[in-house]
Amino acid sequence: MSDYTSKIKEISERLLKEEKVEIIIGFRKGTVPMMNEPCFVKTPEDVKELVWDSNCGINLANYLTGRKEKIAIIAKGCDSRNIVTHIIENKIKREQLLIIGVPCKGMIDKNKITSMFENEIMEVSEDKENITVKGEGFEKTLNKNDVLQENCKICVHRNPVIYDELAADLIDEQKVDRYEDVRKIEAMSPEEKWSYFDDLLSPCIRCYACRNACPLCYCPTCFVDESMPQWVGKSIDPVDTRTFHLLRAYHCAGRCTDCGACERACPMGIKVRLFTKKLEKDCLELYGWQAGLSLNERPPLDTYRPDDPEDFIK
Amino acid sequence: MRFITIDKNSWANGLENLYGNYRLFGPVKNNNQHFFKELAKGELPDFNYLNTRLSPKSLVFPQTEIMFEFSLDENDEQHHILKEINKDYSPRALIGIRPCDAASFMLVKRNFDTPEYKDNYWLHAYESTIFAGLACDNPCNTCFCTSAGCGPFHEDGLDLLLVDEGDKFIVKILTPKGDNFINSAGWETEADPTASEKIIAEMQIKAEEKIASSVSTDKLKNKSTIKLYDGTFWDDIAFACINCGTCTYVCPTCWCFDIQDEVTRNSGIRIRNWDSCMYPLFTLHGTGYNPRNTKMQRVRQRFMHKLKYYVDKYGDGIQCVGCGRCIRLCPVNIDIRKVCDIMNNYEG
Amino acid sequence: MQNPYLPYPVRIDEIITETEDKNLKTFKLVFINPEDEKKFSYMPGQFAELSVAGKGEIPIGIASSPTEKGFIKFTVNKVGLVTTCLHSMKPGDIIGVRGPLGCHPWDTLKGKSVVIIGGGFAFTTLRSSIVYMLDPLNRKNFKDIHVIYGARSPGMLLYRNELAAWETRDDIKMHITVDGTDDPEWKYNVGFVPTITEQKAPSGDSDTFALICGPPIMIKFTQPVLDKLGHAHDHIIMSLEMRMKCGIGICGRCNIGKEYVCKDGPLFTLAELNNMPKEY
Repeated sequence: MSDYTSKIKEISERLLKEEKVEIIIGFRKGTVPMMNEPCFVKTPEDVKELVWDSNCGINLANYLTGRKEKIAIIAKGCDSRNIVTHIIENKIKREQLLIIGVPCKGMIDKNKITSMFENEIMEVSEDKENITVKGEGFEKTLNKNDVLQENCKICVHRNPVIYDELAADLIDEQKVDRYEDVRKIEAMSPEEKWSYFDDLLSPCIRCYACRNACPLCYCPTCFVDESMPQWVGKSIDPVDTRTFHLLRAYHCAGRCTDCGACERACPMGIKVRLFTKKLEKDCLELYGWQAGLSLNERPPLDTYRPDDPEDFIK
Repeated sequence: MRFITIDKNSWANGLENLYGNYRLFGPVKNNNQHFFKELAKGELPDFNYLNTRLSPKSLVFPQTEIMFEFSLDENDEQHHILKEINKDYSPRALIGIRPCDAASFMLVKRNFDTPEYKDNYWLHAYESTIFAGLACDNPCNTCFCTSAGCGPFHEDGLDLLLVDEGDKFIVKILTPKGDNFINSAGWETEADPTASEKIIAEMQIKAEEKIASSVSTDKLKNKSTIKLYDGTFWDDIAFACINCGTCTYVCPTCWCFDIQDEVTRNSGIRIRNWDSCMYPLFTLHGTGYNPRNTKMQRVRQRFMHKLKYYVDKYGDGIQCVGCGRCIRLCPVNIDIRKVCDIMNNYEG
Repeated sequence: MQNPYLPYPVRIDEIITETEDKNLKTFKLVFINPEDEKKFSYMPGQFAELSVAGKGEIPIGIASSPTEKGFIKFTVNKVGLVTTCLHSMKPGDIIGVRGPLGCHPWDTLKGKSVVIIGGGFAFTTLRSSIVYMLDPLNRKNFKDIHVIYGARSPGMLLYRNELAAWETRDDIKMHITVDGTDDPEWKYNVGFVPTITEQKAPSGDSDTFALICGPPIMIKFTQPVLDKLGHAHDHIIMSLEMRMKCGIGICGRCNIGKEYVCKDGPLFTLAELNNMPKEY
């Protein structure tokens, strides 16, 4: 990964020196294992802060919303798809952006790795294929592919779909079955589904980390915050919690890139992607749509086509 | 000071004896995470944990709490008049609370128990609770309690301290409430105070040595509030923040709440819910004006409150016990240790 | 232990529409339990939480004066959920009142001259202050009283009958103004509050306090005028507004620095504000 980092630094330094951009949005090294912090860099001297490794799971497109200056942003496959979505939805202009694309080999799943060890993890390092985890009285090397975030394991757009510079050579895309987990839930009876989702959401503390980590959630006032009318209660009543998660997922239908930022952000380890993923699957099956692949096509839920499978509109 | 020892073989028995007299709460593992929850009869707290995912503050200050109820049915004589409701303030015990979390209740008490106003919900719940602490001999790498006015064997806010010594617990009984609790359990193996004190002191030193991280807070008190507020470092600190409520909700010393009415048909309740200074709605005026309209302002408020305003208001230390939860759970790795050091050393 | 969150039940006795835009109504409230009126012992400048069961609470300055017995009054601007509901209520309806809340300036103001400067619908607690000072038992406790009060237009002035009555008295100097009007009957000032303040307000001295309540823009432009007139910053008292919930300094949202506007305020001297973060 160090070659990625040095290439990113090299590009960033050049862009700042040549005054092509005013700001670089990227990651700096985190203060705890398996975490990096989104950051900005404005001078060539500060470029040394930037890093790239398997802990850059936060979707940086989230940091573009409404910015006015000329920006270089580091974008893995999913970030780039959300940048496309942002451009389509007028949250940022293409001309403002210099996209430093990163062909992505996947981000590691912090929760998963943590749960594999009794003792606390003190240090995590990585090379091309392996992750080495150290803690008090143990050291273990794991195959990176075994501990990737769920969404990265099944990612079919690891290369950026839009970029101006590249931090590494493009890589082969994976051929995977993306929807095994969704089909399992689809096969459940309504009662089973109900209790499955109830269990899934029972730890939720309504902190809104899932919503706020999501580049799609930029509404000036989220429906949960409206008071006139108040659509949803603000307590941790399971009905209100469920309403929040279901409506949020629907709001992302046809826009979600399955970047996994929501699930990664959840402090309670809730697999919130299971909501958005079903809708993502439906969009693919009903409309042949994958979000954020092209600047020239509107998302299916804000367009009409004569061959729409629903007949209510005809 | 009274010390006893509890043979681990008689641990379950003692809890059994306590069961009728106290509601017992302890750490229980669920989905790879520990949480404080009410123990069923015969259920034992799981002490094999670093710290619980969420702080136990919710046992005294629930995330959602009913304050009043009312009827909107005009045929009711007392319609539209708010009524107090009966609550269960029977004795309860928090078994295995870490010293940092126990100390947090002391910091928070200053907010809920003021000379002018007493928050009766918080105080009743607090006063009905026994804090049976579990000394921390295996701190996390994000723990910085020893530099936050606290420590792994800290006693403030505890009624008794359990120290795990292999096949037994040494118990330091700190208050009459703690004494009653121990008696009610029927644990009565007296321990020699001097010897016990010595063992505990040695274990304490070992535990404190394991705490690898720290914050510097010595200069905060004398810093100018305005200069820190106008500090040039806030944009950099706040950039990554996504303004979720995680840090505030997992924090044992965050106490902010919102008050809401909820109505079902002809009756309703007034409730309070945890709130967060990270949310724009927290300070939004009815007119649409918001004095903390930007992310940076909200992030600044959180850290200024914990590390400066609280210090200014009460004069002795930060509003933080160093439990490290906000560091471990922040989705974007904003680290209060880093911010605290920046503030403490800022010469602007 | 008394529950500080429990409102006193009150009955709406009368509702007066104050302004031509009908967005400001005064609610005259009567305590259902007479003993609650004694417990609700307030001073001008304080506020209360009005509680509408099923909607919530809203902090509103008390518009009546403690010298007026048997009722309390609040003038409410229609903005959000609770105030909109209040505006749709009728006499006889039951609401709640929690308070009195916040500080008041009367220990400081006793024996002094007072310059009251108000704009828009923030005049409510200033009305309370004026009624209080003009009470025959209290008037001797104050030297000169000046009032500068402005609204957008004559129809937007609050308490018009009382204003007219005060105009005719010689123990209070009224300077009523409107931003503009085409009403030929208008016989008072025309101009913004800062301008009228500059023309009419007395200059500052150690025995004079200015009490300011109004929209931020008015405060912003009045402050330099008071500087020019020689009012010391510790003799200028301003009333601040913040989103509030508990009203008793506990719920945590209305702080400016270490001060809670609900409990430590809402009145602060300009000297105090100069040492606080500019976050209001």
